[in-house]
Amino acid sequence: MRVEGRGLIDRARPVRFTFDGVPHGGFAGDTLASALLANGVRMHGRSFKYHRPRGVLTAGSEEPNALVTIGTGPGAEPNVRATMQELHDGLAARSQNCWPSLRHDIMAVNDLAAPFLGAGFYYKTFMWPRTFWEKLYEPLIRKAAGLGALSGAANRDRYEKAHAFCDLLVIGAGPAGLMAALTAARAGADVILADEGFRAGGRLTGETEEIDGKPGHVWAEDVVAELDAMPNVRIMLRTTVTGAYDQGTYAALERVGRHLAARPDALPLETFWRIVARRAILAAGAIERPVAFRNNDRPGIMTAGAVRTYLNRWGVVPGHRVAVFGNNDDAHRTVRDLTAAGAHVVALVDSRHDAPDVAGVRMFRGAMVSDTRGRRGLESITIRSVSGEDHLAVDCLAMSGGWNPTLHLTCHTNARPLWRENILAFVPVPGAVPGLSAAGACNGAFATADCLREGRDAAGAVLVDLGHAVPQGTLPRASDDAGRLAPLWAVPARGRAWLDFQNDVTVKDVRQAAQENFRSVEHMKRYTTQGMATDQGKNSNVAALAILADVTGRTIPETGTTTFRPPYSPVPIAAMGAGGQGKGFAPERFTTSHAASVERGAPMIEAGLWYRPSYFPEAGETNWRQSCDREVALVREAVGICDVSTLGKIDLQGPDVPAFLDLLYANRFSTLKVGRVRYGLMLREDGHVMDDGTTARLGEHHYLMTTTTAAAGQVMRHLEFVHQCLCPGLDVAFTSVTEQWAQFAVAGPESRALLNELLDAPLSDAVWPFMACGAVSVKGVAGRLFRISFSGEHAYEIAVPARYGASLFRLLLSLAETRGGGAYGMEALNVLRIEKGHITHAEIHGRTTADDIGMGRMVSPAKDCIGKTMSERPGLSGPEREQLVGLRPVGDVKKLTAGAHLFDPDDEAVRVNGKGYVTSVCYSPTLGQMLALGFLKNGRARHGQRVRAVDHLRDLETLCEVVDPVFFDPEGERVRG
Amino acid sequence: MADLVERTPCKGLLPLEIGHAVVREARIGRMTVIAPFKGQQARVAQILKSAHGVAFPEPNRSSEAGGCRVIWFARGQIMLVGEDPDPGLKTHAALTDQSDAWAVVTLEGAAAEDVLARLVPVDLRAAAFKTGQTLRSQLQHMNASITRIGATCFQIMVFRSMAATLVHDLRSAMEGVAARG
Repeated sequence: MRVEGRGLIDRARPVRFTFDGVPHGGFAGDTLASALLANGVRMHGRSFKYHRPRGVLTAGSEEPNALVTIGTGPGAEPNVRATMQELHDGLAARSQNCWPSLRHDIMAVNDLAAPFLGAGFYYKTFMWPRTFWEKLYEPLIRKAAGLGALSGAANRDRYEKAHAFCDLLVIGAGPAGLMAALTAARAGADVILADEGFRAGGRLTGETEEIDGKPGHVWAEDVVAELDAMPNVRIMLRTTVTGAYDQGTYAALERVGRHLAARPDALPLETFWRIVARRAILAAGAIERPVAFRNNDRPGIMTAGAVRTYLNRWGVVPGHRVAVFGNNDDAHRTVRDLTAAGAHVVALVDSRHDAPDVAGVRMFRGAMVSDTRGRRGLESITIRSVSGEDHLAVDCLAMSGGWNPTLHLTCHTNARPLWRENILAFVPVPGAVPGLSAAGACNGAFATADCLREGRDAAGAVLVDLGHAVPQGTLPRASDDAGRLAPLWAVPARGRAWLDFQNDVTVKDVRQAAQENFRSVEHMKRYTTQGMATDQGKNSNVAALAILADVTGRTIPETGTTTFRPPYSPVPIAAMGAGGQGKGFAPERFTTSHAASVERGAPMIEAGLWYRPSYFPEAGETNWRQSCDREVALVREAVGICDVSTLGKIDLQGPDVPAFLDLLYANRFSTLKVGRVRYGLMLREDGHVMDDGTTARLGEHHYLMTTTTAAAGQVMRHLEFVHQCLCPGLDVAFTSVTEQWAQFAVAGPESRALLNELLDAPLSDAVWPFMACGAVSVKGVAGRLFRISFSGEHAYEIAVPARYGASLFRLLLSLAETRGGGAYGMEALNVLRIEKGHITHAEIHGRTTADDIGMGRMVSPAKDCIGKTMSERPGLSGPEREQLVGLRPVGDVKKLTAGAHLFDPDDEAVRVNGKGYVTSVCYSPTLGQMLALGFLKNGRARHGQRVRAVDHLRDLETLCEVVDPVFFDPEGERVRG
Repeated sequence: MADLVERTPCKGLLPLEIGHAVVREARIGRMTVIAPFKGQQARVAQILKSAHGVAFPEPNRSSEAGGCRVIWFARGQIMLVGEDPDPGLKTHAALTDQSDAWAVVTLEGAAAEDVLARLVPVDLRAAAFKTGQTLRSQLQHMNASITRIGATCFQIMVFRSMAATLVHDLRSAMEGVAARG
């Protein structure tokens, strides 16, 4: 319930929200957790495995229990910690992991089966029969155990990624962080101050301590106001630094829109930041440890610091009759604050016999809470001491087992923390992450005065390091009471005492793991799943390993910690992948003819990042094959136009380009005449084929290389590698001109006639024979022409600067159409090249050699080239290899499929009998049958023989004749025609 | 017969103004990549200075004179923008016309830095990236050339074919920044 006059909430601004459909009220400044507690709602969810009723345990991001789903539909967000969700009007939260309702949960029966569900139960129980695991057991367990679920629909919410840079990143805006930021900012350093909360101050917002004579939260506000006014400071609230990475890089998740009732559509829900900081100071505070005792997981049992925070920050007392249980002086503050607020504290149970006095409360020294009762919430506790057992009716128990420094980030690059016996906690190792230092409670300094001093000193060291003058000044006055404590991890008793609330791991599970010889802390973790839930064991890791240490007879430092890994708290994949939704997935590359192709109804296919027209449907065509067959025919009979701009084009200049190309290509290019084009084959260093294409010699020292569309980037990188690493002495310069030129294939018997209508000077066979190239004038525009052919027809490729591409494409189409021709797409292009036996990356797929594809003789014996020596290794050529062949169906089945495997007619179609495979198929309208290219063992010697093409996936078998891969016009008469 | 008609890379896509940032297509004219041959950089620098009035830029720098700008573009490459290259350069460097290869836009406004912080993984704040500084980096998934050409103005270049994606990515970032108010 609320306490009048306390808390940092705005009581003038009431807020309405719902939990499981029930309307409630709260105030601006509340979290969902504080508002639910204020409304007397103690039960917030069901536990992971046993479906036990659970309520809020903490007041921070470490919350393991109070996980809810916010919103509905595709944007529903599961596993939101109620302690972190700011209250806003219209907030709709739902409980998780319960059915039909939070109050009556069928799966709560699991709790009765607890004796069978201990650590490792499924390893033991569900081993047999083996096949049942995947089909039956695992789905059942997944259904029964778990947290929130995703909607399964695509999320339309916006997320964002961003980059930030600073001299100093201060992580945490508590007393240490504020002092560090202030010190550095006053000295002029660029500071980013990040805090996961929506209000700066850290513990100061939850305590009644004073700094410099004013309430701690007021001091914090004053510091924030000063920082906010400085141009060199960026304050990032609602921002959790989730990971420390190499070279001063930190990941941070900012909640941008989650707390707003009315969120603009374009506002991201969250921004995932990559912050690069020259130095960083971790001032992340500490997390209070629960104590493990029997039934310590009932709603109403919370950490002592959380109870204080709910009182001091939100004016909420989470019970009518409160007891406090701890092993340290800090827990006594909870008694004092509650008493001062008029709340009823029925008992202070301190495990220490020498605990100091606290006025106004019944004290149990040297005593422990050994059990609790209350089905859906705490009703009573059992206190055990030397004098026996007492039972007290309470509805809230504040517990404290001491504090664990929040040192996670210092261990993200695999450092292990140090154990400090005097505070019974791990502390960071200095220098664990280069450039990152720790200050305040996360460094084991629990007194506020120490936090302020460490914050100032850490910033001072950074300033010296970065060459800034360190400003002088006195430290604000604050308490130097760090409190004392005595070890208390678990209260010995029968029954279940929870360590890891989120994954339902108990003390018994850890003991059992040790008994079954999972004695390493890493093994214990995996066997019990302790620390493997979404809270990554923030509340339980140290206690669990303390118990493991006890059971195995080792000390805590000997037992060691498990590995700390990012993220510190959960980061939605949507935030990490921000910008990658929809069109953000990858750049789209559009040719200059894109709009015209789309206008003609051409379906686009992706080739790398490029979009290329598949075919150009005409009226009455209902099937792609009709369009494709027509387009093939128009190229063979008239003239076709195809945008080939996507092929890589690399401009090479310099006196050593001929030598460079001779090294790059298997065949020779230094002998190529100016004004001529040559087909070239490029090998990888390992001797296999990398790419093929034509290269033109535009001038004595000026070449233009063409690559395939798919390998354009790879070839460019290869050229850079070869030049920079293998032959830096060669005087060559090269750059990609793929984007500079729009280039179109004009293919077919009518191609020259068409071009003569277009070009300012006519073409003739004498000047423009096959494989000629040169400059042309296209309606006054300086272009380039190449007489090359992928279709096997008399063909050209014409290139103009890209600004004219769209215009030229339309012009070419209109000229072609008057001659009975038109546009052709990728499907027709593929048919045309298969008919001619031309290879693509379907054939040069990375495992084939020049000899395999029948181009062994192109590897010039008279010169060296990259890959030559390796290609001469035994086993990379000859009859043992699978060689490129053509295949024609000759049996009853006329269909061929790419991916089919080849077998001799009498062999069984099993892997060991495989003789090869099919790489490309098409229906050839020119030859009236399906054709295939493929690789067949010793294939060149087997022309005329028969093989079976068996496609096991499509259940198809075709009897084929092995033929030369060039099906059409093997003499090449048409191309020269 | 119709003549060939020019079309700019960002035609129909720009201008775009959202919040405190505006993107416009930049018509910067002739673009030539200059790659000096071996040992010729000093000579190239002389000609650049005398013929175009600009200094040969160090890596990550550009220089400007009148309507001419020269931008460091890659290892061993600079980009001359706005003027036809002096014919004297040809014997000392590979000259490659790239006037049509790049979509060139300016991003201007008080929010420009914040917009780029969402797309470019490099510190582009004024103190670290001053007017005249340039870099080759990623803009979202695209390779880009980015030059600060004014206090709140950046010139951004990506492959011509990626113009639509450039505008898409800038738009998302601009909307996100503007929505924060």
